[in-house]
Amino acid sequence: MRPFEYARAGNVSEAGQLAGRFIAGGTNLLDLMKLEVEAPEKLVDITRLPLDKIEDTEDGGLRIGALVTNSDLAADPRIRRDYEVLSRALLAGASGQLRNKATTGGNLLQRTRCGYFYEPSQPCNKREPGSGCGAIGGFNRIHAILGTSDKCIATHPSDMAVAMQALEATVETQKTDGSTREIPLIEFHRLSGDTPEIETVLEPGELITAVRLPKSQGGNQVYRKVRDRASYAFALVSVAAVVKMDGGKIEWARLAFGGLAHKPWRNHDLEAALKGEAPSSALFDKAADILLADAKGQGENDFKIPLARRTLKAVLAQATKGA
Amino acid sequence: MNKHVMNEAIGETRLDRGTQGVIGKGVDRYEGKLKVSGLAPYAYEHLAGEDVAYGFVVPGAIGRGAIKSVDASKAEALPGVLAVISGDKITRASSQPMAPAAQTIDGEVFHYNQPVALVIADSFETARHASHLVKVEYEAKKGRYDITARETVREPDPMPMEPVNERGDFEKAFAAAEVQFDETYTTPSYHAAAMEPHASVAKFDGDTLTVWTSCQLLESGVGQIAAGAGIDQEKVRVHSPYIGGGFGSKLGTSPDAVLSALGAMTVGKPVKIALTRQNVFQATSRRGETIQRIRIGATRDGKIACFAHECDTTNSPGNGFFEPSGISSVFLYAGKDRRIAHNLVETDCLMTSAVRAPGEATGMLATEGALDELADRLGIDPIEFREMNEPEVNPQDDTPFSSRKLIECMDEGAKRFGWDKRPATPASRREGEWLIGYGMASASRANSLMQSSAEIEMSPDGRATVRTAMTDIGTGTYTILQQIAAEMLGLPLDQVDVELGDTALPPSSGSGGSWGANSAGSSVYVAAEAVIAQFAKRLDVEADTLTLKDGHAIAGNRQIPFSEILNGESLSVTGTIEPGDTSESTHQASYGAHFCEVAVNAVTGETRIRRLLTVGAAGRILNLKTATSQCYGGQIWGIGYALEEELVIDTRNGLLVNHDLAEYHVPVHADVPKLDVVLLEERDRYASPLAGKGIGELAIAGVGAAINNAIYNATGVRVRDYPITMDKLLAGLPDDIDAAA
Repeated sequence: MRPFEYARAGNVSEAGQLAGRFIAGGTNLLDLMKLEVEAPEKLVDITRLPLDKIEDTEDGGLRIGALVTNSDLAADPRIRRDYEVLSRALLAGASGQLRNKATTGGNLLQRTRCGYFYEPSQPCNKREPGSGCGAIGGFNRIHAILGTSDKCIATHPSDMAVAMQALEATVETQKTDGSTREIPLIEFHRLSGDTPEIETVLEPGELITAVRLPKSQGGNQVYRKVRDRASYAFALVSVAAVVKMDGGKIEWARLAFGGLAHKPWRNHDLEAALKGEAPSSALFDKAADILLADAKGQGENDFKIPLARRTLKAVLAQATKGA
Repeated sequence: MNKHVMNEAIGETRLDRGTQGVIGKGVDRYEGKLKVSGLAPYAYEHLAGEDVAYGFVVPGAIGRGAIKSVDASKAEALPGVLAVISGDKITRASSQPMAPAAQTIDGEVFHYNQPVALVIADSFETARHASHLVKVEYEAKKGRYDITARETVREPDPMPMEPVNERGDFEKAFAAAEVQFDETYTTPSYHAAAMEPHASVAKFDGDTLTVWTSCQLLESGVGQIAAGAGIDQEKVRVHSPYIGGGFGSKLGTSPDAVLSALGAMTVGKPVKIALTRQNVFQATSRRGETIQRIRIGATRDGKIACFAHECDTTNSPGNGFFEPSGISSVFLYAGKDRRIAHNLVETDCLMTSAVRAPGEATGMLATEGALDELADRLGIDPIEFREMNEPEVNPQDDTPFSSRKLIECMDEGAKRFGWDKRPATPASRREGEWLIGYGMASASRANSLMQSSAEIEMSPDGRATVRTAMTDIGTGTYTILQQIAAEMLGLPLDQVDVELGDTALPPSSGSGGSWGANSAGSSVYVAAEAVIAQFAKRLDVEADTLTLKDGHAIAGNRQIPFSEILNGESLSVTGTIEPGDTSESTHQASYGAHFCEVAVNAVTGETRIRRLLTVGAAGRILNLKTATSQCYGGQIWGIGYALEEELVIDTRNGLLVNHDLAEYHVPVHADVPKLDVVLLEERDRYASPLAGKGIGELAIAGVGAAINNAIYNATGVRVRDYPITMDKLLAGLPDDIDAAA
């Protein structure tokens, strides 16, 4: 771990001005600093900021403070009642100990688990731009099949963000100049493209203050995570579904996917194809066709293509049952 | 010298009489309270509060090549850095078990992330950061990283078994067989991944070196440290009183042991080194990947005529150890013509060495799958098929079995498990999304006895203290030695103390190969017999006529407290056990049978273990609780080997890709169902004076195959490439996903 400066932010507007890497739970950043995969010159501790509340909003939704822990969020009765897909996704991630420390904002910003990213002697465009990609042609079982580039095939490891994507969450931030903005979660994370080291649209010093969930629209909510052991493993494929049925037909469906791409994945064409249709195996296959039309395996992760199809079909079958 | 050489079967002993009533009982661990309260110091925790320095290993950045230069100037310039040691003396990896010394790097890189230098600083954090500032220039060479390429094939050393065992003419018999089975199984590389990372603290007092380290075999450890540090063996004392798991990875001393000594020599104060989890994966040892071809010739009615098990495994330059996957194939099933053979494919990856049940752990993943396959092809129940091919004597050389309850284990297990409810045809039972299947497999683990010594000191008040340079790697050694001494001497447990893990104590077998309990335990038996002989002499009676109970000797109508016999003085005797003729005149192994019910998800291919039962027979069980715990551990490893564990080698450069516990998957609690273990009553009077056999590694043998066989029964898909991850099942799963959900 490289020596670093430490500062504690006393209030939200000061945090950005302290000009350093924000640290809250530290469940990912500290590991990376020990390996010197990350070597920030300054850490700004934001854990004392008053961002640990879950509040009702005027439009009937919820505002989740950036410092609300994953454990508290998963256990919140409003989340469990109206946004159960989020609670289930959170509980499918990490371990109890990690969820006690990990925060809402930090979860969005966690970095990939690619083995080449974690090994400083290997090429990695995300860790060291321009050095190459060890995972392409290497061991890429956990890597992306959608939206990849020839610079990076890493995945985003969050479960929480996948469920939030299906719930059409927005990310509330404050910039260093004190201005605030709301970023739809779908626009928050970037694809790897030519600059895999840039993972979000956040500007330097811009602080996540909250995640907003719009008023619950009901519907059947499912989170299904497929992984290599029963717990404490990152998703190979995960699907978050919120589906509203009406008279035996799909009134609307929102679906998001983890383990497939550099960001939590959503496909509006897929959702449009489901709208107004009666559930059937053929329809689900059509949805999978749309999702996976441009899917590209990297060798070790080729199985994710049929696995994503099967998982999506099973989730749709489950989410379209009953009213 | 009180010595017992195991030249003939042991008769009835005080352990059989059980007068004190403590032997075999599932009593709590002797050191349990210290461990759960944090008071049992592990290697790294010694010298707390003293003025010490901290070492950090610098891992190399290439797979194979020469070290051109090491520029430590930036590291050395960092405040707090005391020294950077590089050069030929740096150890490559752990020492091989019982080897005279660990290999040194001699200016080269032999595997990816091999230690190339050591930084010593006044804090761990400074040493760690400085390790990143050491600039090493390499001249890369082409490496050999892929076992399947077979670039260099050579004979392994004849340890732990002869690489080739043949009888009759296998090829001829196989060509003539009515039914020919010929399939190849593969197992990946594995890591022991013990919970306590390898760590050492080294301290010089004058020219005398003391090392606290996490090591299973202390006697050879002394020599390895002495050789690595370049000092006289007589000047080295090693302590290893508590060990957080070894599983073979601590048989030989790990790099931190030698490096902490070199560091202490250099900076003139004690040096502590704890390998990071990454270092543990990269710089200790691993289990080699295997390619195993199984050929079995049989009659149509199910009699095995000939059996061949031919294996490729791997090690690095200068290492002859091989994963002996065929070790149980030598004796487990009948068949006149036999061929068990191993090749070593030399690769430029981290050296391979012993990991829990070397041989059986990988070999039985293959053979027990093959037996299931062949039984299925022949239309015979897999238990019946095994029973039909039960040999009467060791089929390799006709020696009698010292004891063997394989069939009893299978029958008892079948009854308890409800084997008769096994789905008759594969892929025929379904519960919603889940495909249900049953599987079974045999278990066996070769037994061995090693020379070992122990001292018993009777203090004037009649208490006993057992002392030996034995180790307890979490297996329960402290406890069983206490129980043996207490039962033999007729003392309540709380009147017996045990001191282990110090090379100043009588030399022991150490912990490895499941021999520890039998070997160290027998030395305590011998020492106790010597104490009893002394008592008898003082009381002027025959030792055999003496009954010992609750600290009293009972002879005829006399009952004399030990304190009276000892007459105000302490009494110290040392006992030694030595293997003898019975290890040649009989074939010794522990046996068992595993039964498993799995549920395989019809959509995703995720496997969940629903029930797992192991029935074992390993001679006398010294402590029911710790023996059962050993079996639980083996079962859990079996779940890992069947479903999850794989140390991934990037065959382009030799990188061990998943070198941490986030991506090297061992089973977590959610993977493990309620485990059932049943141990059958057995005494093996040829194995040791205790009439026990090794149990530490029995349960891992075959359990993964039982899971594999259950997955086949559930899905109809046979996977021969471990681990059985979902991608290997997907193509064979049903397509009616919508109905499943």
